[in-house]
Amino acid sequence: MAGAVTEVLSWVLIGAGSIFVIIGGVGILRLPDFYTRIHAAGITDTMGTWLILTGLMFQSGWNLVTAKLVFLLFFMVATSPLASHALAKSAFLRDLKPLLGRNLIHEESHD
Amino acid sequence: MIDVFGAATAALLVCMAMTLARSILGPTVFDRILAVNSFGTKTVLLIAVYGFLTGRPDFLDLALVYALMNFIGTIAVMKFVRFSDLAGMEDEAEDTF
Repeated sequence: MAGAVTEVLSWVLIGAGSIFVIIGGVGILRLPDFYTRIHAAGITDTMGTWLILTGLMFQSGWNLVTAKLVFLLFFMVATSPLASHALAKSAFLRDLKPLLGRNLIHEESHD
Repeated sequence: MIDVFGAATAALLVCMAMTLARSILGPTVFDRILAVNSFGTKTVLLIAVYGFLTGRPDFLDLALVYALMNFIGTIAVMKFVRFSDLAGMEDEAEDTF
């Protein structure tokens, strides 16, 4: 009984993670601007990673594989927001303008 | 029976194809860096899921190494693009941070 519950829970988590990964991929391809694409990549980095790796942890049980998955989750969660932040800050300091306004156009520069 | 690992692998492969398209199309270099970073994240997930799909979770060691390597690579390329140099960032860092 407990095995079946764990199995179904793992399937649900991995399926939901796959859906979020697909959403992030479509967003990276379709969104109009670099800063919005960072948002789409963040969906994959947080929800996709959390859900898929947690689902794999439920699948593996308590052994060394679970410890490796915990390490993997820790590294991903620690490093991917840092990379996204560094990337956004680097782009902003290199004067990459975000799209602004109702129709999402590049704002006129006043200098 | 529907194999959830197969479905997750297919979803990751489709998403990696879309990310690769963005890294080729990307109008600015930052789009390309973002796409390659995201591609690396999905590669880590793909290695983990594929290990479970084939019943050999030993591949997780490779996933761990790849996660760290991907992060270091992204930071290095980002720093190179921002400062046009990998070593001398101290002078410019004064007025940008």
